Amino acid sequence: MSHKVFPKEEYILKGHAACPGCGATILLRYVLKALGKKTYMIIPASCSSVIAGPYPKSAFAVPLLHIAFAASASAASGMVEALEKLGKKDVNVLVWAGDGGTVDIGLQALSGAAERGHNIIYVCYDNEAYMNTGIQKSGSTPYKAWTTTTPLGNLGMKKDLPSIMVAHRVPYVATINPAYPNDIVAKLKKAASIRGGLKYIHAFSPCPPGWRFDSSLTVKVARLAVETGVFVLYEWEKGVFRLTGPSRRLLDKSKRKPVREYLELQGRFRHLTEADIEEIQRMVDEHWKEIKETLERQEREQKQF
Amino acid sequence: MKKVLTGNYAAAYAVKAAKPDVISAYPITPQTPIIEKLSEFVDSGELDARFVRVESEHSAMAAVIGASAVGARTYTATSSQGLFYMYEVCWWAAGARLPIVMGLVTRALGPPWSIWSEHTDFYAMRDSGWVMFFASSAQEVYDLTLQAYRVAENSDVLLPAMVGWDAFEVSHTFEPVDLLDENVVKDYLPPKGGRTNILDYEEPASLGNLAYPDDYIKIRHELYVASKNAHRAIRESGELFTKISNRDYSKPFECYRCEDAKFFYVLMGSIAGEAFEAVDYLRSKGVDIGLVRVRVYRPFPYKELAQVIGDAKGVVVVNRASRFGGFAPLTEDVYATLRDCGAEVRVFEVVAGVGGVDVIKEDFVGMFREFEKRKKGSIWWVR
Amino acid sequence: MSEIYAKPSVGAVGAGSWRFEKPVVDMEKCILCGLCWLYCPDGVIEIKENLVIIDYEYCKGCGVCAAECPVGAINMVRER
Repeated sequence: MSHKVFPKEEYILKGHAACPGCGATILLRYVLKALGKKTYMIIPASCSSVIAGPYPKSAFAVPLLHIAFAASASAASGMVEALEKLGKKDVNVLVWAGDGGTVDIGLQALSGAAERGHNIIYVCYDNEAYMNTGIQKSGSTPYKAWTTTTPLGNLGMKKDLPSIMVAHRVPYVATINPAYPNDIVAKLKKAASIRGGLKYIHAFSPCPPGWRFDSSLTVKVARLAVETGVFVLYEWEKGVFRLTGPSRRLLDKSKRKPVREYLELQGRFRHLTEADIEEIQRMVDEHWKEIKETLERQEREQKQF
Repeated sequence: MKKVLTGNYAAAYAVKAAKPDVISAYPITPQTPIIEKLSEFVDSGELDARFVRVESEHSAMAAVIGASAVGARTYTATSSQGLFYMYEVCWWAAGARLPIVMGLVTRALGPPWSIWSEHTDFYAMRDSGWVMFFASSAQEVYDLTLQAYRVAENSDVLLPAMVGWDAFEVSHTFEPVDLLDENVVKDYLPPKGGRTNILDYEEPASLGNLAYPDDYIKIRHELYVASKNAHRAIRESGELFTKISNRDYSKPFECYRCEDAKFFYVLMGSIAGEAFEAVDYLRSKGVDIGLVRVRVYRPFPYKELAQVIGDAKGVVVVNRASRFGGFAPLTEDVYATLRDCGAEVRVFEVVAGVGGVDVIKEDFVGMFREFEKRKKGSIWWVR
Repeated sequence: MSEIYAKPSVGAVGAGSWRFEKPVVDMEKCILCGLCWLYCPDGVIEIKENLVIIDYEYCKGCGVCAAECPVGAINMVRER
């Protein structure tokens, strides 16, 4: 009865220009359902700049400012201050930016906005490359992934933006995934309720043409990313780290599906050797060890009170 | 009320009088005193505005774009390297038709590093659609900043507007400035919140979507029309300002001894001070020479200028700007002005004052003597 | 408003013409769980009066609904 549980109003209108099976549009449907009509949206150069549809039609039924690539967080900074000054206090200012516009060219502006503490909700929809320009590597491209500029596989380590935002001491950092709309709505509503400071949400955005899988598998790929532990659903709030959704059960390695199941669905990992897959499995396990240590340390510190 | 102010402080006082909602800026020599003074006003409560202390100039322009898009009155200021860093977003502001006002303390570009005055940064904005004024005194900085707000927010214009002035020579030197009464300024400027091009969730719209070629050219053509409408808005704003201040802004330039002149200097900025002396000296030697100091640079007042220099025997255009591979900007505008006039006008181009070099009366006289010798051409005046 | 503003509108592009196969729902098998509506990236699925209605004018035929249906009630049928 999913259709009875969620708000019916659609802020993304039919006939938008996204690729068939686009993960970002599933995410955005729920982000906007959670935030509602009083939302001002800012989109830097990214897939969504085109998904929004060509002039004179807009596929997004909210006030929307398109802005230059590096500038989304700073445009949002000015916009939110203006709205507050002009007496519009119960509104949301949402930045909807891709990974390139967040971890690479947009990082400076985001860092500045976070430090200044503007009341902004910043959602980075991470399709792990510069997809709008044709699948080039970004600072968010995972290890060993094929892109047009890393044909032999990316040797970089994906930037951990949520951790960078936690280091900025913003009031709320969270991850979301299109396979779990409940989690999306809960987290966006929580972000909207924190009035003051930058709320950073990192969204997993599977991309059929960029990751090389059939468009029907978008939700399956997103789900497997969580079930294998590659993508972790969590939130950081007031210095406390918390796993959410299915990720809560995955501290036990036996509960995590092998990473192979996630990788083999995607053509961008087709060239991986057995050794590569084992290496990636080790990296994921290492990450979960760190998560376990963080949670244990937190528990110890809380017990001290 | 008179106050002894630098050009930079005069800008800050004008901005305070205009009551912007959001200011955003990043520090760069020699703009810093403007934003320091504005910060004082904001923190003391004298100016009720939000000041976004951004982490780069690119972000400063983006912040005022975000603010202006939802209806705020805004201000930013910068110089040379900072302007060039925010350059792409400046074009965005004009394309988005947002009436942002910017102060530009003109400064030379590196390398080599220089903090002194040159108009190269100012001229780099000339094709962008921004309305452009150039002040040559602290009083003009104050006056033109207020006129900039009125012109920018004119409903037939809706373009960002900038006021430029020379680094240190105007930005940091003190002079008595007459400040208008707050209520007079309030009546002079359009009411805040009167704009129609504002993003609002009650009537959602999208600013800046992708446009296919046939739509793109039509939208850009609108900008072109707005830029032409600015002529009228500037004239009308200047005439009204003349009435309320008793200072003459009825023309887009200042004319000195032009009525019977056969030769002219055409230039911009505070170097005009020494050029006046050169005019007087040459006149005493029997040369019928006058001076035109450009104050409204874009949209360029071709028609008005043609009426002054159209019959001239020679024009010495002094450009305080580096320009490579072609004519300097002001020279091009003077050529364009004269294109429909009599064939005998000779334009002699001089590039001078680059990097903050002082251009003194003897230099100006020397330039005219060079023109007399060569009759045509283009030189850099390097002592 | 200046001409540069675009207005929210259904059908920014003629997305329905993109697809080569379309989802067909077998209402006998359908349990009205709503997962097809939930996951449709284009919002073209509506569930009204116990019927699953697909707006074929804008359906891109991505197949997510068919892949996510827990009872296999949706089949992708080739159109061209």
